Amino acid sequence: MSQPGPDEPPLAAPRPSVFLERQSYRRRRLADAARILPFLGAALIAIPLLWPRADTDEGGVSLSSAILYIFICWAALIGVSFLFGLAARRMSSSDEPRAEGERWRP
Amino acid sequence: MATLNVLILVCLAYVVLLFGVAFAADRMAAAGRGRWLRSPRIYTLSLSIYCTAWTFYGAVGNAARSGLEFVTIYLGPTLVMISWWWGLRKLVRVGRSQRVTSIADLISSRYGKSNTLAICVTILAVLGGTPYIALQLQSITLSFSIFAEADPSGLYREGASVFWVAAGLAMFAILFGTRNLDANERHHGVVTAIALESVVKLFALLAVGIFVVWGVAGGVTPMMDRIDASAIGRWDVDTGRWITITFLSAAAFVCLPRMFQVMVVENDDEAHLRTAAWAFPLYLLLMSLFVVPIAVVGLDLLPAGSNPDLFVLTVPLSQGNDWLAMLSFIGGFSSATSMVIVTAMALSTMVSNHLVMPIWLNTRERRSSISGDVRGVVLMARRVSIAAIMALGFFYYRLSGGGAALASIGLVAFAGISQILPALVGGLFWRGATRTGALVGLSVGFSLWVYTLLLPGMGGGVMSASVIENGPFGLGWLRPQALFGLEGLDPMTHTVLWSLSLNALAFCAASLLSFPSPLERLQGAQFVNVFDHSVAPGGWTGSVAQSEDLMIMTQRILGAGPAQDFFQAEADRQGVRGRLPEPTPGFLERLERELSGSVGAATAHAMIGQIVGGSSVSVEDLLAVADESAQLLEYSSRLEAKSAELSRTARKLREANEKLTQISKQKDAFLGQVSHELRTPMTSIRAFSEIMRDTDGLSADETRRYATIIHDEALRLTRLLDDLLDLSVLENGQVNLNMGDATLRAVLDRAVATALAGVERPLRVRRSLPSERIALHTDLDRLGQVFINLISNAQKYCDAADPMLTISAYDVGGQVVIDFVDNGSGVPADAQSMVFEKFARVGFDKAGGAGLGLAICREIMQRLGGEISYLPGQGGAAFRVSLPLAHRQAAQ
Repeated sequence: MSQPGPDEPPLAAPRPSVFLERQSYRRRRLADAARILPFLGAALIAIPLLWPRADTDEGGVSLSSAILYIFICWAALIGVSFLFGLAARRMSSSDEPRAEGERWRP
Repeated sequence: MATLNVLILVCLAYVVLLFGVAFAADRMAAAGRGRWLRSPRIYTLSLSIYCTAWTFYGAVGNAARSGLEFVTIYLGPTLVMISWWWGLRKLVRVGRSQRVTSIADLISSRYGKSNTLAICVTILAVLGGTPYIALQLQSITLSFSIFAEADPSGLYREGASVFWVAAGLAMFAILFGTRNLDANERHHGVVTAIALESVVKLFALLAVGIFVVWGVAGGVTPMMDRIDASAIGRWDVDTGRWITITFLSAAAFVCLPRMFQVMVVENDDEAHLRTAAWAFPLYLLLMSLFVVPIAVVGLDLLPAGSNPDLFVLTVPLSQGNDWLAMLSFIGGFSSATSMVIVTAMALSTMVSNHLVMPIWLNTRERRSSISGDVRGVVLMARRVSIAAIMALGFFYYRLSGGGAALASIGLVAFAGISQILPALVGGLFWRGATRTGALVGLSVGFSLWVYTLLLPGMGGGVMSASVIENGPFGLGWLRPQALFGLEGLDPMTHTVLWSLSLNALAFCAASLLSFPSPLERLQGAQFVNVFDHSVAPGGWTGSVAQSEDLMIMTQRILGAGPAQDFFQAEADRQGVRGRLPEPTPGFLERLERELSGSVGAATAHAMIGQIVGGSSVSVEDLLAVADESAQLLEYSSRLEAKSAELSRTARKLREANEKLTQISKQKDAFLGQVSHELRTPMTSIRAFSEIMRDTDGLSADETRRYATIIHDEALRLTRLLDDLLDLSVLENGQVNLNMGDATLRAVLDRAVATALAGVERPLRVRRSLPSERIALHTDLDRLGQVFINLISNAQKYCDAADPMLTISAYDVGGQVVIDFVDNGSGVPADAQSMVFEKFARVGFDKAGGAGLGLAICREIMQRLGGEISYLPGQGGAAFRVSLPLAHRQAAQ
């Protein structure tokens, strides 16, 4: 029963385990991504601090481009967070043993 | 121009609408309808009480003063929200599993339900919250005054309006915030009203922004050009402030009592965070989208020196767009009201649970289980606290005169409340964090905050200019705004740097040096590993039947109905019918958690402690705390113990079963034996008596022979029946003992002689005569019967070639012990436990008695106060007879 013979069709039982493993692997990586996200956000927010200041020769960056940069980064963070929320919802709904979802933690 | 009267009318109408919405939502929730009340949308919108009037008005002011710096106030919370997966999720889970009522409750609960800590946090929150409430009142008044300036009637009086606003808000908070006691029953009315208000303020700000960009500036590109051309048109932010305020707003977002209230306490479902994680940052983004345009246009259009904090109102007004100004006023009004209401609710819960209830409990001591309704007390305490907090805010506003810029008061409050952060984060993620550490850290951070930010900010009246300039007593390194000589920093950055870093340092150091109490360690494990085991900490050991007291107390806190339901459910769980459940540790701990939802962890703990009085941490709990591997170890050892116990029981059962089967078999065998024993003599008696009757001419010799046979067989029958009768008499205890005195030697002599009389091949008996000189006072005939039985058994069963019986006697501490050991093969091991049973016969092949001999011996010995037992491992069959020597002295 452990090894299906060459003529037999492959048994259904071993299949899902491979599938599940892959899914839980994906899930873990997704959690990693969620963990990285705030650091990425902090880095993006800190970048403007490196820009030339208004009192330097170049006269600094114009406020309109600064606004564009900040708001685009902000929107991107929101977008990624939204996608992560969707993925987390799908994972948790497809999660059959709920306890495993609970254990999926940082 | 809209008159003040119209404005007031609109305001009142708006307030009535809020009351209506809150009332309807409460009704719907009570009726069990309105699933949308618990939807993630409402949750997200309720989070937006983060955006207060400070944000609504102050952000534009801030932008007009220092460009893009204002976004940091929103970026901090955004970072917190997108890290919900490992931050907020844990906080919410802990809050829900521990039935936490406020941030002070959470901290106190984590550090061993310490009320001292809860009081500290409460004081900090009230101190930080009061200026914040004052700020909201100020913003409402300021916006009123804008309209009043233009109002010809001049009826407007600032003081009165602030008072009525404060009173109205207190009313609202009391009406909808203190309806139910249990903080874990959601305040649907308030939350829904807040959600509505957040829609209103977003809508208002967006409307003003759209008006400014497309109505005034003429589109996005011209607006961008205008921004670049303005006074704030270059990227120029203070690096320190940028980082500090981002961090501070992130910290305050978690620590602010009102945020904690909506985020954790009012949370219905952890999954709501998933939506809020992107929806709330989106809300913040929309709120700040038009801030810079409004600020730039305001700077352009309005005369120099006009208050930039009010551009949101004054820009539409200056363009003659009164209705837009009205809408914007309502937006500012709703941001202020929602914040004040929730803050008052959150603070009043903290004050009543951690200040009023402990005092009340202390003054009542034992009487808490007899008198009045605690619910009334708690609710009243909450209502009074709301009023008091509003009054504090009002007086703070009147005293400070409402001078400082809006944003700075907000940041001062942020910096104050953020002092909780080290204790909070440490408590959630570090099991080593202790109560002492939290207390020390909080005190250090709090005093630094007061010294370096709050007092200097309050103006000359509280801290003189010379102290700020030169330090107290001329100590330069203690200057409040340049502590330890750190000069040139922005005061806010300076305070946050010193207070939070020293706070965290003190927290860690004191935690490392101190040792936590058992309850603290238990709670620590519960908090840090909340995802591993969301079960409660073990708790009380209530062994006394105090269920009735508990019931009385619970009724007075939860109300009669819910308390009875709770106790009924518990009784069902315990399988108890028709009476109160036993105060098991599990029940007490569930009860404590139920109560803590109403009065806070520390108070609930104290109340149960008053009644039960038992230790609250059991050894098992401590073992459970030890750590993961110890837990596993403990679990497996417990399993091992259980399984050992099981196998012991199984073995006993098996033995009992074997014995039963054996007994039953022997009974069958005995019946067969008895019938056989009875039939054999009967048959010969019948046969010979028939011969004698029917045969004529029998010789006298033959007749005598046959008669002798009949006589012998009759004797055999009699003996058997005698044995059976003897046994039943002995067993029923009807035997009369015929006590007499003799030496053991005499008894043995007679027994040996009797037993071996008339035997063809008597076995040799070895005795040690000197040791048999023991005086006995007992029923000598019965004892002799036992000895005869043992000796004739040996004679019958000893299978040695040269059978020999050794009889030895000892005097062992008041007992005479006589051993009968033969040199045969002994009794087989599997039969040893059976030899004294009735009908037991070892080996059915050997003809003999009916297996009653040893059973009779056992009965006799029991009557005589001694015992007879089989001695295994003596080389042959060995029996030990022991008898007490009660009358030895008298016999000698």
